[in-house]
Amino acid sequence: MDTIIAFVKQPLVMEVLITLVKIGFIFGLTIGFFAPMLAWVERKQSAVMQDRVGANRAGVFGITVIGLLHSLADAIKLIFKEDFIPRGAERGLHTLAPALAVIPALVVFAVIPFGGQYTLWGHDVSLVIADLDVGILYVFAISSLATYGVVIAGWSSNNNWSLLGGLRASAQMFSYEVTMGLTIIGLIMYYQSLSLVDIVAKQENFWHWGIVWHFPAFVLFLACAVAENKRVPFDAPEAESELVAGYFTEYSGMKFVMFWTAEFIEMVSISGMCVALFFGGHHIPFLTQDFLLNALGDVFGPNWGGVIVMLIGIGVFITKLVILLVLQMTIRWTMPRFRYDQIMKLGWKMILPLSLCWIFLVGVGILTGVMPTP
Amino acid sequence: MKEENRKQGYDFHEASRTETMTINMGPSHPATHGTVKFFLTLDGETIEDIDVEIGYLHRAFEKECEAQKWNGVFPYTDRLDYTASVLNNVGYAMTAEKLIGIEVPERCQYLRTMISEMARMSGHYTNVGAGALELGALTAFIYFIEARELLWDLIESVCGARLTHNYVRIGGLTNDLPDGFRENVKRVFAKNRKLWDDFDIMLTKNRIFLDRMRDTGGISQKDAIAWGFTGPCLRATGVPYDVRRAEPYLVYDRMNFDIPVGTTGDNFDRYLVRMEEIKQSMSIVEQCLEQMPDGPINVDDARWRMPSKDDSSTKMEPLIFHFKQVIEGPSIPVGEAYQAVEGANGELGYYLVSNGGGKPWKCRVRPPSFALTSALPLLVKGSLLADLIPTFDMINLIGGECDR
Repeated sequence: MDTIIAFVKQPLVMEVLITLVKIGFIFGLTIGFFAPMLAWVERKQSAVMQDRVGANRAGVFGITVIGLLHSLADAIKLIFKEDFIPRGAERGLHTLAPALAVIPALVVFAVIPFGGQYTLWGHDVSLVIADLDVGILYVFAISSLATYGVVIAGWSSNNNWSLLGGLRASAQMFSYEVTMGLTIIGLIMYYQSLSLVDIVAKQENFWHWGIVWHFPAFVLFLACAVAENKRVPFDAPEAESELVAGYFTEYSGMKFVMFWTAEFIEMVSISGMCVALFFGGHHIPFLTQDFLLNALGDVFGPNWGGVIVMLIGIGVFITKLVILLVLQMTIRWTMPRFRYDQIMKLGWKMILPLSLCWIFLVGVGILTGVMPTP
Repeated sequence: MKEENRKQGYDFHEASRTETMTINMGPSHPATHGTVKFFLTLDGETIEDIDVEIGYLHRAFEKECEAQKWNGVFPYTDRLDYTASVLNNVGYAMTAEKLIGIEVPERCQYLRTMISEMARMSGHYTNVGAGALELGALTAFIYFIEARELLWDLIESVCGARLTHNYVRIGGLTNDLPDGFRENVKRVFAKNRKLWDDFDIMLTKNRIFLDRMRDTGGISQKDAIAWGFTGPCLRATGVPYDVRRAEPYLVYDRMNFDIPVGTTGDNFDRYLVRMEEIKQSMSIVEQCLEQMPDGPINVDDARWRMPSKDDSSTKMEPLIFHFKQVIEGPSIPVGEAYQAVEGANGELGYYLVSNGGGKPWKCRVRPPSFALTSALPLLVKGSLLADLIPTFDMINLIGGECDR
């Protein structure tokens, strides 16, 4: 027993264990909590917006928990469904594509800080899985990989509608990749860092939050991110009235759900990016972490005070996340969808020049001192 | 140059050769409601060629009518334009009455006008709402579905059915208005107007919706007339042709209503025309209720309008007529007649021929959406695949009416 404790207390082992716990937390948060919850929110929020009752049937012994059990019922149903691969499809790629869609959506979370840095019992705990110096570049690099899943799904299905959906998706995701990168260049100039942890740390003061100085960038970034995620109004690749279901027309059962899950997780990671870049991460406006640590440290001691501050930080982060998710849902249930060429026009002819203008303005602002950098 | 390339084993023209894609859209495709099939030739996303195949909902309506007694046809007419079924009832009844040469009592005429306008509203709600749905605006669609449900509650209170009303009979109606109908209309229309406004706010000035609808599926005035367009699609091009105005029937000449016309004939104009017509129809319903006199709703002639159940189970003569109507059908005089009403989609005409028997010898329907659908290739050729969706929706092919 003692040897085990001694082994665990080695700094490297401790580091690995902490990282594993963080990965487990993020995994549970996205796949385990947000994916099924968003399926429920999508149903229930749309129902509220449309003056309907919404999902309320699935239940155990008459307990329906306002429709929450529908996600569970769905999961059970989908696991037992036939896994159908159409004749003439590329079997290998057809099977691989859903995984290629889900994995990039998940691993983006590695660099999004969901809390700050804390010292607990002599260990430095930083609530981010990987504090990369080039965190933002990593996000773009990974999210562009998601294109492969969609394109391969469209191509390997041996279905013309899927192919059209895949082609639309590739063009759209590629275009918005470029534009999305440009929308936050101004922000990078402002914080002078590519690391999301740095950027969040610099937003401790409310007046340095991204949203305060960079509201136009937020709007442009969100538009690009939603387009990247292929949700209404940018859901041309899966437009159900045009392309049946677009690139996942020929998918069924759990494979179909993986595309769905990818979409929901991507929503969460978009929100996570927005929170980290524009909404101060885990910070509470006008309340510094040191102040909280001192106040709670006096009452509970430095270690347990630190734990409570950490939990508060995570709670604040998730609250902001949820608000942004509800915003995305509201957009989804309000707008009609663009035509495919209009999406491209919007990306290349509107958002791209606007974000270039914004970069210019931020540059001028920083050089002249109008925009005080943190 | 080309030869040289070919010698080197590379032919640029061959390498950059593109092919068109032929694809079947429908009959079971989310956009081809009403059951229709498009055989598309796509160059990328551009529609090179389109072949519209109708007939998936063909159920031999016209032939079937010849096997029914004159009054037995009504349930079949319900299933023509099922989004506005009472309009079909009215058209058929009026044609038969024209053949006989009778005129229904004034109250009946008002009631028919009123219920026709409600049916028109229901048809437009469905059409415009479905248009929004297909462009991805599900919320707007549900708003209009709610309005339509409320309207159907009203219609249900009158005739007992929500979708296939079967309300009109030759020489009259099945029954009069229920108690408290006026108050209900007031309540429902207040809510409908609110939903209309919400829908309007969500879509009419929505930039995405505008971009999708404007300048798509347009047709010139001349072409529209040449292709036999009627109804909202014709009026969207600027021709103020409306059967209700051009050849007033029932009590439309006493009603005060506007005929909205568009300017360009594109999908957005069709949408606007329909939206305005919903409002005009509401006003007509209210005017009808205001002006409606008391009195009988059926012609007092047992040869054409079946006596009521009370009479036929207590009195001798009505019993005989009841028996004759059920066994032989009304013996409508020999002749032929054509009567058009303004359906939700345009001019809905009935051509009836009687040889004096109890059944129609010929019943021919002029469905508005058949003419509209036939022009679909003209409207979408050369545009993008995505434009087919709003265009097809605004054309509003109703399978029941087009295929019969």
